[in-house]
Amino acid sequence: MAKLSVEIITGERVVYEESDVDMVVAPGADGALGLLPSHAPLFTLLSLGEMRVIKSGEEQSLAVFGGFLEIADDHIRILADAAERAEEIDVDRAEVARERAVSRKSEGTSATEDMMRAELAMRRSMVRLKISRRRQGRQGGGGSSAQSPN
Amino acid sequence: MPTPREIRRRISSIKNTSQITRAMEMVAASKMRRAQQAVTASRPYSERLRLMIGDLAAMAAGAEEQAEFPLLERREIKRSQVMLITADRGLAGAFNSNVIRHGLQFMREREEGFENIDMVAIGRKGRDFMTRFGQPLVADFTNMPDRLSIDDVRPMIQIASEDFIAGKVDAVYAVYTQFINTLRQEPRVLQILPIEPPEDTGEARDYIFEPDPTTVLNALLPRYIEVQIYQTLLESVASEHSARMVAMRNATDNAKEIQDELTMTYNKARQAQITAEVSEIAAGAVAQQR
Repeated sequence: MAKLSVEIITGERVVYEESDVDMVVAPGADGALGLLPSHAPLFTLLSLGEMRVIKSGEEQSLAVFGGFLEIADDHIRILADAAERAEEIDVDRAEVARERAVSRKSEGTSATEDMMRAELAMRRSMVRLKISRRRQGRQGGGGSSAQSPN
Repeated sequence: MPTPREIRRRISSIKNTSQITRAMEMVAASKMRRAQQAVTASRPYSERLRLMIGDLAAMAAGAEEQAEFPLLERREIKRSQVMLITADRGLAGAFNSNVIRHGLQFMREREEGFENIDMVAIGRKGRDFMTRFGQPLVADFTNMPDRLSIDDVRPMIQIASEDFIAGKVDAVYAVYTQFINTLRQEPRVLQILPIEPPEDTGEARDYIFEPDPTTVLNALLPRYIEVQIYQTLLESVASEHSARMVAMRNATDNAKEIQDELTMTYNKARQAQITAEVSEIAAGAVAQQR
């Protein structure tokens, strides 16, 4: 059966590159998108959220913060404004950032632009926290039960 | 023939100079490494973005869509904007003069003529040259940080796209230096606006768009300009530091050569002096024996 190849690139670097992927779940602008091989050509904006790549039963998760996704001929090309692999996320920093954003939002007196920035910062840090928590949960609970068959 | 003392003074002065050029070479080398890394790291993104736009080219080039996307609009060029990207500092070999010469040549060949070109200078060298040359500047950007981020180029992007959309200029070009490798950099001209969709590479596909084609293209096109301007700046910075490192290495090598030559002349002069002294003493001794 056909497989997908995936590349995730930001302005600074190539974050992720993988072939023989079974399925990708991406945070599309109009809600989550599940992409399987032989998908029709599609072009979408990305919102910020979690992206999951499933390959041989193993799941890899990434944080994506806006950008573009194109799928054509079983090749997924993602140009993200920013992206991180789950293991790269700095949990402490994300926690601090979230608290800072929440307190700035609750002060609520500053200009709308500042509010928007705080809102965005909060959403970003929450995506980071969610992903790294799930990763930790998986590692603590199941261990390395999901072994790849080959 | 200069006296040994004069020669010694020149030797020490050249030694000082070579120490300075060596230090500058080292500084340039470390900046170069970082800049080269940055430029190679950001190339995949701009190339992929180009491919994406290429995939949508058929749609983007459709005449009826053009009205919806002002950044694609092609009109008769009566006035254009040229962004000249140079360095803030000199001592980088022919780096600045090459890109300036290339820019001037490009401007001379334009049909709209010098007086209809809005000049945007990025880098002090280009700004100073254009001021001396008498070409008025609509904007100049100097003291750009070594570690460029896309936020640093936002103001330039804004000037370019606002002037273009408002119809003040009908095209925007960037004159920059393409980084090829440490020893080779080439001045080039890149058309920024209107966006020239690259040749449609693959077969025309029937894409599904989310949320819809207009929204997607309206997000993609400005991003493309941003990335292109950012990329030309990164290319220029990497070229600048490479050119400077090579220039300073040559300077250090030349200084060493002159130093060797002067040391040779110095030894000769010293020996000649000693010989002269000895023969004078000998002559004096002979004279006294008489």
